[in-house]
Amino acid sequence: MQTKLTINGVAATHEVSPATLLVELLRDGLSLTGTHIGCDTSQCGACNVLIDGVAVKSCTVLAATLDGAKVTTIEGLAKGDELHPMQAAFKENHGLQCGFCTPGMVMAGLEIVRRHGPNVSAETIAHDLEGNLCRCTGYQNIIAAIGAGAKAMGGKSNA
Amino acid sequence: MREFALERPATLAAATVAFNAGGEAALLAGGHTLLPAMKSRLRMPDTLVDLSQVAGLTGITKEGDLLWIGAMTRHAAVATDATALPALAQLASGIGDPQVRNRGTLGGSVANNDPAADYPAAVLALDGIVETTAGSTKADDFFQGMFATALADGEIITRIGFRIPEKAAYAKFRHPASRYAVVGVFVAKFADGVRVAVTGAGPGVFRWEAAEAALNGTFSVAAVKGLVLDADDLNSDIHASADYRASLAGVMLGRAVAAAV
Ligand SMILES: Cc1cc2nc3c(=O)[nH]c(=O)nc-3n(C[C@H](O)[C@H](O)[C@H](O)COP(=O)(O)OP(=O)(O)OC[C@H]3O[C@@H](n4cnc5c(N)ncnc54)[C@H](O)[C@@H]3O)c2cc1C
Ligand code: FES
Ligand code: FES
Repeated sequence: MQTKLTINGVAATHEVSPATLLVELLRDGLSLTGTHIGCDTSQCGACNVLIDGVAVKSCTVLAATLDGAKVTTIEGLAKGDELHPMQAAFKENHGLQCGFCTPGMVMAGLEIVRRHGPNVSAETIAHDLEGNLCRCTGYQNIIAAIGAGAKAMGGKSNA
Repeated sequence: MREFALERPATLAAATVAFNAGGEAALLAGGHTLLPAMKSRLRMPDTLVDLSQVAGLTGITKEGDLLWIGAMTRHAAVATDATALPALAQLASGIGDPQVRNRGTLGGSVANNDPAADYPAAVLALDGIVETTAGSTKADDFFQGMFATALADGEIITRIGFRIPEKAAYAKFRHPASRYAVVGVFVAKFADGVRVAVTGAGPGVFRWEAAEAALNGTFSVAAVKGLVLDADDLNSDIHASADYRASLAGVMLGRAVAAAV
């Protein structure tokens, strides 16, 4: 089947099988391997991407059902060498250790900003990270990073 | 996942034709129950009929004392837009996590009737009407135990009507990993009586008559103090024993009533 998608600003028609998951198209089809597969059972959030600006688990969406959509992955955030403010906040706040969960955490962070704006509380961030698992950090610095990233973004959804 | 054919009809009539075209078919809504089940090969349909292009299946409208919500309305939209029914909006905001709520739909949850799902408790307590391509069914007749409903094969839920109560609240003890209800209790007070629905505790959502009777006397926390479910018909699993669920239901009932009064 064919599915027309704008991925990180690039519009193209992709040939996929009906069973192709969005994450499979991204990673295997387009070598956008920043989006990770942590569980494949819809629980960990490592595969989060934005579909039309809204965060979704790309392991639980069929690519062929997204015809016409805009997809943003972690690769689409930085402007050249300049990190997106949410990425920069993760770096500055030591919001990662091994980094496996990080792409999904950054996308979840953008979703939190979209829903709660620039002055979101640590409690709200922690609550809204329910769909993201990290096996390294203990979450504290991830929460701090998203809070700092939200402020730096100043309420713009930017994705 | 095993390969399958994908149909993306634009109308209910076309969806029904696609469903009946041959082989085993399944309707696809948000996919957040069906796709995981297909990955683990619990479900192996030959054809998926995607409902996302069918017009008219989303949105929230108030008609008289009913709040109608389209079957394809996502949990996130109910959480923010069901302002006429705050208890329902609050329930929706507690389903899974933000990413699950951005995909999962009301119709998918109600059709699936997972014994630990949240929406069935609201549909039953709010005296709901499930409207489908084949007609309308009252909630009291719709839910028929574990993963069982009144839906025939290929029958599509189009929208669900919730009766707007005087007071209502939902309290759930969430499973800490999945967020599904270990026990959830939805209490709704109408001019003509109180309805209480329990999810998570038994093989399917059910009404709690003893709690309704007590609350029809006086609608207060004191009226249901000490009330617990009979453990005999409840689930025991690695998460909680039947006795624990029986007691937990009493606690959730008290919390729901306290939040509603
Ligand atoms: C990590 C995670 C956590 C979750 N936590 C919770 C939770 O806390 N509480 C909770 O209640 N749920 C929870 N869920 C389930 C979630 O709410 C699902 O989205 C929901 O149960 C199914 O809705 P769906 O739109 O995704 O349906 P789908 O997966 O697309 O479909 C589910 C079933 O319903 C059928 N169906 C779908 N739409 C219709 C229709 N309109 N008419 C007839 N049949 C239809 C399908 O054929 C299928 O059999 C969770 C899911 C995940 C992945
Ligand atoms: S890989 Fe998608 S949620 Fe874990
Ligand atoms: S940093 Fe290693 S899993 Fe989160």
